[in-house]
Parts: sequence; structure tokens; C-alpha cells
Amino acid sequence: MTGVEQKPARRADGPREDLRRVGRGWNRLTGRAGRRWRRLPIPVKAVVVLVVYLALAILVPSNPVAHVMAPQSGWSNVLSEEIGVYVLMAIGLNVVVGQAGMLDLGYVAFFAVGGYSIGILTTHDHLNFWEILPIGIAAAALAGLLLGAPTLRLRGDYLAIVTLGFGLIISQAATNLNFDGGAQGISAIPHPPSIGHIKAFTYGVTDFKPYWYLVLAGIFAAIWAVRRLERSRVGRAWVAIREDEDVAELMGVPTYKMRLWAFAIGAAVGGAGGVFFATQANHIDPTLFSYQVSILVLAAVVLGGSGNMAGVVLGAFLVVWLPERFRGFDKYRILVFGLALVVMMIFRPEGLLPSRRRRAEMSEPASGGGMGAPLVAPTLEEAEA
Amino acid sequence: MNFHSFVAEFWPSTVDGLVIGFIYALFALGYTMVYGVLKLINFAHSEVFMIGTVAMLGVINVFNIHHAQSGLALVGLLLVCAVAAMIGSGGVAVILEFVAYRPLRRRGSSRLAALISAIGMSFALQEIAALWILKRRDSRPLPSIMGHNVVFTIGKAQVTTDDILVVVVSLIMLFGLDRLVGATKLGRGIRAVAQDPETATLMGVNLDRVILYTFLIGGLMAGVAAVLFEVHYSYTQFNVGQLPGIKAFTAAVLGGIGNLRGALLGGLVIGLLEFYGSSLFGTEWQNPVVFLVLVVVLLFRPTGILGESLARARA
Amino acid sequence: MRAVGPVGSRAVALVAVAAFGLAACSSSSKTSSSTATSAGSSGGGGGGGTVKLGFFGALTGPNAQLGINIENGEKLAISQYNATNPKTKVTLDPFDSQGDPSQANNGATKLINDKVVGVLGPAFSGESAAADPIFESAGIPNVSASATNTKLAENGWKYFHRVVADDSLQGPADADYLAKTLHLTSVAVIDDNSTYGKGLGDAVRGQLTKVGAKDVLDDHVDPNGADYGSTVNKIVSSNATAVFFGGYYDAAGRLVKQLRAAGYKGVFMSGDGSEDARFVSDAGGSPAEGAYLSCPCADVTSESSAASFVSAYNQMFGTPPQIYSAEAYDATNFMLAAIKGGNTTPSAINKYLGDSSWKGVTKTVKFQSNGNIAGGTIFVYKVESGKIVQIGTTS
Repeated sequence: MTGVEQKPARRADGPREDLRRVGRGWNRLTGRAGRRWRRLPIPVKAVVVLVVYLALAILVPSNPVAHVMAPQSGWSNVLSEEIGVYVLMAIGLNVVVGQAGMLDLGYVAFFAVGGYSIGILTTHDHLNFWEILPIGIAAAALAGLLLGAPTLRLRGDYLAIVTLGFGLIISQAATNLNFDGGAQGISAIPHPPSIGHIKAFTYGVTDFKPYWYLVLAGIFAAIWAVRRLERSRVGRAWVAIREDEDVAELMGVPTYKMRLWAFAIGAAVGGAGGVFFATQANHIDPTLFSYQVSILVLAAVVLGGSGNMAGVVLGAFLVVWLPERFRGFDKYRILVFGLALVVMMIFRPEGLLPSRRRRAEMSEPASGGGMGAPLVAPTLEEAEA
Repeated sequence: MNFHSFVAEFWPSTVDGLVIGFIYALFALGYTMVYGVLKLINFAHSEVFMIGTVAMLGVINVFNIHHAQSGLALVGLLLVCAVAAMIGSGGVAVILEFVAYRPLRRRGSSRLAALISAIGMSFALQEIAALWILKRRDSRPLPSIMGHNVVFTIGKAQVTTDDILVVVVSLIMLFGLDRLVGATKLGRGIRAVAQDPETATLMGVNLDRVILYTFLIGGLMAGVAAVLFEVHYSYTQFNVGQLPGIKAFTAAVLGGIGNLRGALLGGLVIGLLEFYGSSLFGTEWQNPVVFLVLVVVLLFRPTGILGESLARARA
Repeated sequence: MRAVGPVGSRAVALVAVAAFGLAACSSSSKTSSSTATSAGSSGGGGGGGTVKLGFFGALTGPNAQLGINIENGEKLAISQYNATNPKTKVTLDPFDSQGDPSQANNGATKLINDKVVGVLGPAFSGESAAADPIFESAGIPNVSASATNTKLAENGWKYFHRVVADDSLQGPADADYLAKTLHLTSVAVIDDNSTYGKGLGDAVRGQLTKVGAKDVLDDHVDPNGADYGSTVNKIVSSNATAVFFGGYYDAAGRLVKQLRAAGYKGVFMSGDGSEDARFVSDAGGSPAEGAYLSCPCADVTSESSAASFVSAYNQMFGTPPQIYSAEAYDATNFMLAAIKGGNTTPSAINKYLGDSSWKGVTKTVKFQSNGNIAGGTIFVYKVESGKIVQIGTTS
């Protein structure tokens, strides 16, 4: 991978080119920062991460911020129950879509598995949140393997429609079956047991800040885990598959196994999102797991910058926050959201914060039928204009 | 599993399943043609259909019709409705191409970007319909413009005039389109682009024009599907296209996406599955049954029952 | 490649401007609400000043109509109250839940942060299950005008109330009416698989066997689906003499339309979710003819005692009161009576709601200790010449 610089701009004029130059500058800057960051000794890294965590945990839900960010909502609740959970899900879906290049339109299935794990295990078996978190994650990963094993041999759009189908089945099945409360859902899902008598670890119903600390920790953990995978052999295999599956296969990458891995890991993170959501929501029913959730998370990933961690986090934040912020316009918010998606895709299709690697791929279109492939080869469009 | 119910309702299920299957097939053509040419899931096609139903509601309001019609008045009304719905749906399909897809192609965007853009347009069109055209979010009834007169019966099933209308009109449209793609210059262009856009362009096919016509044809078919849907179910809503849209797309995939005859086969299979599945397992399992069958079929025939073949359609 | 460049940057600018526009507008609306807050906090101690009553329900989204009806009832009650120049004025603080339970925590926290002294809502059962525990622990009295799910009253909540009878009353009453009053003993019970519809359907199913009738068919339809043909086929071949549908008016309308088109002649009955004029129009008029509808809500448009309410409502909103508007009006007036009596803190209002009663336009409202309404009547309606007419009660 050589990067964007070598690809001559198609037309070097106007503010578009300026924008590109700014983009390139930003990329170089972040690239340099990234390299420097990796060279830091581990204790220093740990301190920096801790400081960032504390800053986010304390500053973001504070009152002045709430006043600006969401004057018409319960801000700390929006943060912990919606923004935080969507950020987690976007990180998980990014592994599938952004890293391995598979289009998953039924991601809500894993969110549901996580949510129902905690719903059922707390109310039937009286396990507590801390015991269920790993179980929920494992259950979602297992669901990912079970769904993925037969379907991941399908390519591109077929995978998309099959996952869409699974996403629909899961909410319908949750409605029809009885062991999970059926259409009535599950009520009175316990909150996590409080730790000691420390306010920051007391999980009640009126103060949502402790949940934010918790979810934020979950997000940090997910980012760390996914980052490590990205930089490993597995991550390199994903990139190879995304760019050209046939070539990857020829070069000895076990593509099926690697795709299955991506699917399971994405599912596990989505399951964690479900557990975090349900413990706060206190009540779950099948309407919460509609396929619109899948679409929204996918929009978050693509809007933010598929394949780039900072991008998808930003994307998830915007997708939840914008409609919440502009509640006064609630009549028009879905309309504006829809139009914003179109405008974004026209003017910045690689997302708000594109991944450097993805960007390079986008400007030198890959062959093959993956979702990264262009609609029509750009050479054609040039020939015509 | 309720075999008793399956047997008891076999003929009614078969008739109803085939009727809705034909509507799915017409609806699926838009998905399948666009996919064949652009390799793109046109997510907003369900809204193209919805606009068709809304256009028909407009016609009915303009002519101030409250009761079932008969004779020439009915034929005339159906034709006016069909024209209005086709203009509405075809127009929206063309607008989609200009607003949501062409600018992306010009910039060489990825198909993922185009998919998101389509999803965005789908949201926007639904909201426009709910906010300004229908002005409400619950369903809006249309009068049944055609009586449900029984023509003949098979077993316990009654076949009514509107059932026959759906089947006949669908067959005519499907046959016409098959000829259009198979035997005209435009059809050859469409097939050429589906096969290899680059070479097609070099051979003098106007890519943009072909793509535009593809969207237009898909929209016109959705308009006809919308009229047939209204004759049968007579209601509309801002999201009326959503569920039938997913089914129609599934039909396209099941039959072999990009394949016109596959769309027909897929539509009929989905329609029958819905009804047989409902009588066997209960109506609440209707959609899960459809999707499970889709998954199983794709596992054994990864490109659908008839395979992908807009490009290979015979001349 | 056409020169999209300048166009692109212009569009970005346009979006930015639009965004700022939005921000500006919303901040102006915010200023007005924040002045209300300061006024409210100054007068919280009782006697003079302003307090806020919350509203919690869907104002947008597919199920918004019910929420709008309820909010209108509350608006009318509050404006009439303020027009009497009371010592403590009341403002309305609405939260649009879109009927989505995942918005419930957000709405509850928002209303609590706004220091409302009482809440009308939540409107739906699903969001009530999610939001009520929060109101409970914050000690905010909440009165729902429409959440009828039975389980809500089984949590030992002290701040939860509802002014309508729950499904455990309505479902069995409907079954009794079908079996005992109409003497129909083989009934097909269909529901829309929603929290509300399935709850009501199950209550009917449970009672039917107890009164010697047969539940000959259970089926669950998709409320967003268009084609109920398979359910219709099952009903026809089950030879049921009556169909009960648990669900909302648009699905009920489509179901009865398709039933009649298939030549089904039996009786059709549904619950309060379908007790709406749109049931008749969605059914396409004549197919709905003769259908029975039950509701814990009373039709006040024909009652002389409620005439002033009906005309005031008509004047303010340009339509006669719709389903649950009158219940919302009563519930709000009950809370306003508490405030008028000098109870301006949430706990004092809650105590007043528990101890007193209120003679409203629908009935005399008196709460049991679990929050359910005492007594509780199920009214029966019938579609006659395209109009929904109240024909009596189930008992």
C-alpha cells in the first residue's frame, strides 16, 4: 500500500483540491502521531489512556456540556444508554464491514442476543450483571459463528440479504417465542449491583453517570482489543480479503476462517452492547431490535469512515446525537438525517474521518465484487465527460 | 406444524399466494434490473412503489370516487390510475438516479457508499410522503375501486375479478419487459452494460442513458405493481413499500438476481411460501419461513434458482 | 468529470448554514423554556408561582395519534385552569417518546431534571414498563390515560396511576360479552403480536374457556403487513361464529375488510385500540358495519354532562375529542385540583391523588393503592351506519 500521494489528482483545480490537500495533511499528521504513539513505552501509554478516560468520564456528562449538547433530553442517560451503546456497536460492526469488507445488514441480531442474555439470565437465573457480561458476549460470539458458518461462503450482496433476513427473523422469533417473554418482553431487568458505597459505582435509576463510566470502560476495552487484532496476522488477512478475495485465497490466506473470525468478533462486541443497553433500559421487548437498528449502525460506520476507529466512533456519536440535539425539529429529523446521508455520500463518500488505507483503496478502485468496488469504473466516467 | 390447517386451506392459500406473488414479481423487476446493470441494491425502490400507491390515491381523490366501479368506467379509471402511478413511480426512480446515484458514480464512489445513499433517500422519501403528501403516519384507506366478484372456484378457493386482473396484467408486463430486454436496441444496451460496462462504453453504448432507462423501467413496473396492490388491498401509508419491498428483493435474490424470469419465479415462490408457511406454522412465522428458505436455497444454489443473467438473456 | 468542486463546497456551506440555523432556532426555543424553569423554581414552595406538569408519550412516529389526543386533553385542562387565574400557574412540559421504549429513560430523566411535579403518561404500556421505575424512585406521580397492560400494577409502585381499566378487566369483559350477551360460543381470537394486542388477546382467550365458549383459532398477524389472507382463510375454515381482534385500528380495519371480502359473515369485535373512527374508514366503510368495539373509555361527545368539555375541545383543536382525550382531561384536572389545593410538591400531589377522588367527564376517578382505577367500567360500542355508537356496558 503506497498511499494517496502517488495517485495523481484527476483535476487539480478549485476548492476541491484544497480540501484534498487538507485531507492529506491531516492524514500525514495522524500517521505521524500514530507512529510516535506506538513507540511510547507501555507505562506512559497506560497513563495517557487513563487520563483520557477520566477526562471523558468526568467532563462529558457534566452540566455545562449537557446544556450545550442536549438541552431537551436527559443528557447523561442519552450518553450512556444510546450514544455509548451505539459507539460500541459501531466498533463491532466496523470489524465486519470496515475491516473484513462484508456487508452485514442484520447486526441487530447480536445486539438482541446480548440484550436477551441478560434479560433472561437475570430474571430466571438471578445471575448479576458482572457474571452475565462475559456470558452475553460469548453467547453473541457463538451466535455469530452459528450464523456465519453456513452463510459466509456467500459473497457480497448475497451475504447482505441473508443477514438482513436473519435480522428480521430474530425480532420476529423473539416476539413469537414464549421463553423470552414474547411480545410483552422482559421487565424489571436488574441494574448492576453497586460496588461498595462509592457514588461512581452505584447503579440506580436516576443518576446515569455511573453507567457512562461503565460503558466508556467497555468502549475503551473494545477499542483496545480490536486494535490489537487489526495489527495482527488476522487483521492483515482481513485487509487482504477486503481488497481482493481471490488473490488473498491464492496467497494462502484462509479466507473463510478469517471471515468467520471477523463475524464472531463483531458479534461479540454487539452482544456487549446489548448487555450494556438492557441493564440500563430495565425493560426490553422485540420492538427494540428492529432492523432499523442495523441500518442506523451501518450508517454510523459508513458516515464516520468505514475502517477507521476514530471515524466510526464519531459516526455513531453523530447518528445518535444529532436527532437528539435537534429535538425541536423532531418532525423533520428523520428527513434531515436521510438527506444528510445522501449529501455525505456524494461529497465525502469515504466518511468524515476516512481510514488512510481505505482512502487509498477508494482512489484506486479494487477489482472484484466486494462492497469497496466502485459502481462503475471511474475511467469510464472520465471517458464520457 | 398444523397439517390439518395446511390441507384445509390449500387451495385458498395457493390462489392468494400466486396473486401476491405476481405483485412481488413486478415489484422485484426494479431491484433486479438495477442490480443487473449497476450491481447495486436499490434500497429506495420500496419508496418508488410507495409513491405509486400515493399517486393512485391522488387520482381517486381528484375524481372523487367512493365506490366500486364497473364496466368502462372501471377500465378508464384503472388506466388513469396506472398512468398516474407509473408517472409517479417512474419519476421518482429517475430522480433517485439523478440525485442519489449519478453524482456518486461520477466520483467513482464505492458500492457501499451508493447503498448508504439509497438508504438515505429511502428515509427522506418516506418522510416527505408522511409530512407533506399523506399528512399522517397511520394508514390511509382507498375505496375498493373494483368489486371482489367471484368468477370461479377451485376447491374452497374463490377466484375473484381482481385476482384475475393482477395475474393478467402482471403476465403482460413481464412478457413485454422480457421482449424489451431481449429484442430491442435499448435491451441490447442494457445487456451489454450488465455484462461489461467498460467494453459496452467503448462499443458506443451511452452508459448514463442506459442506466437512466433501467431506473425508469424499474419505476414503471413498480407503478403497475402499486396499482395492482391498491386494487387488492386498497390502503397506503408512508412505509407501505417497506415490507413488500424486502419480500420483492428476496424474490429477486431467490430467483437469481439480475434475471427477469428469476424475478417471476422468485415472486411466485415467495408468495406461495408465505401462505403455506402461515397455514403450517401460524401467521406469525410467515416472514421467518420465507427467509429461512432463502438461506437454504442460497446455500445450495449460491446465485439463486435460475442464476444471475441479465447479461446472458437471449436475444 | 464535471467540475463538482465549487458546487461541493457551496453545498457544504449550505449544510453548515442550515445547521447553524437549526441551532439558533432551537436555542431560542430553549430560552423561553429556561425562563419558565426559573419561574418554576421560585414558586415551588406552594402559594403563587408556576409549576410544571409533564407529558410523556408519542407525538411523532407511527403511533403518534394516541399521544396527540392525550396531549390535547392535557393542554385544554391546563389552559382552562390557568384562565381562572389561580395562585399557582401550571405550564406543560412535553416529552415526545415516539412510542419507543428505548427513549423511556431519556424522557423520564429529562422530565425529572425539569422538576415537573407530576406527569401525564407514559401513554403506552411498553414505555411505561421502562419509565415508571424511574418516576417511582424519583417520587414523581404519574397518571397514564391509556396504558392498559395488566402487569404495570403488579410492581408495588406508589406513584403509578391510571385512569382507565386495565386489560385484565377489558379482556374478560369482552369474552363475557361475546359468550353471554351475544351467545357466540366459537370464537377465533387474533392479535397483532404487540405488547398491547397480545396482552388483550390472551386475556380474552383465558376467559372464553371459563365461560363455556370455545377458542377455536389463535393467530397472530403482523400489524405492518398488508395481506391477512392466510388468517382470513383460517378463520373461514374454522367456522368461528365470532372473531375477536386484539390490536390497533388500522390492522383491525384491514382484517375486517379482507374478512368480509372473503364472504365471512360472523361477528367482529375488537378492543380499545380499535375504538377510533379510522377503524371504520380503514375498513372501507361497510365491512366494519355491525362490528363491536370495547373500551374502558367513555364516549363523552353524546353526554350532556360533558358538553362544555366537548365544545371547548372542538374550539381549541378543531375536532371533537378522540380516543383518550377525555381521560387525559380528567387525569390532568385531578392533578390540577391537587395543585389548586396548595399541593405543589410531587409527594403532596401523590398523596392527594391517593386520598381524594375527582368527578370527571368520563367517570369519578378514584385510585386503588396499586394505582389502578377503582371500579372501572368497560363500555361497548357498535358500528352503526358508519358511526361508532356507544350501546352500553359489558355487564
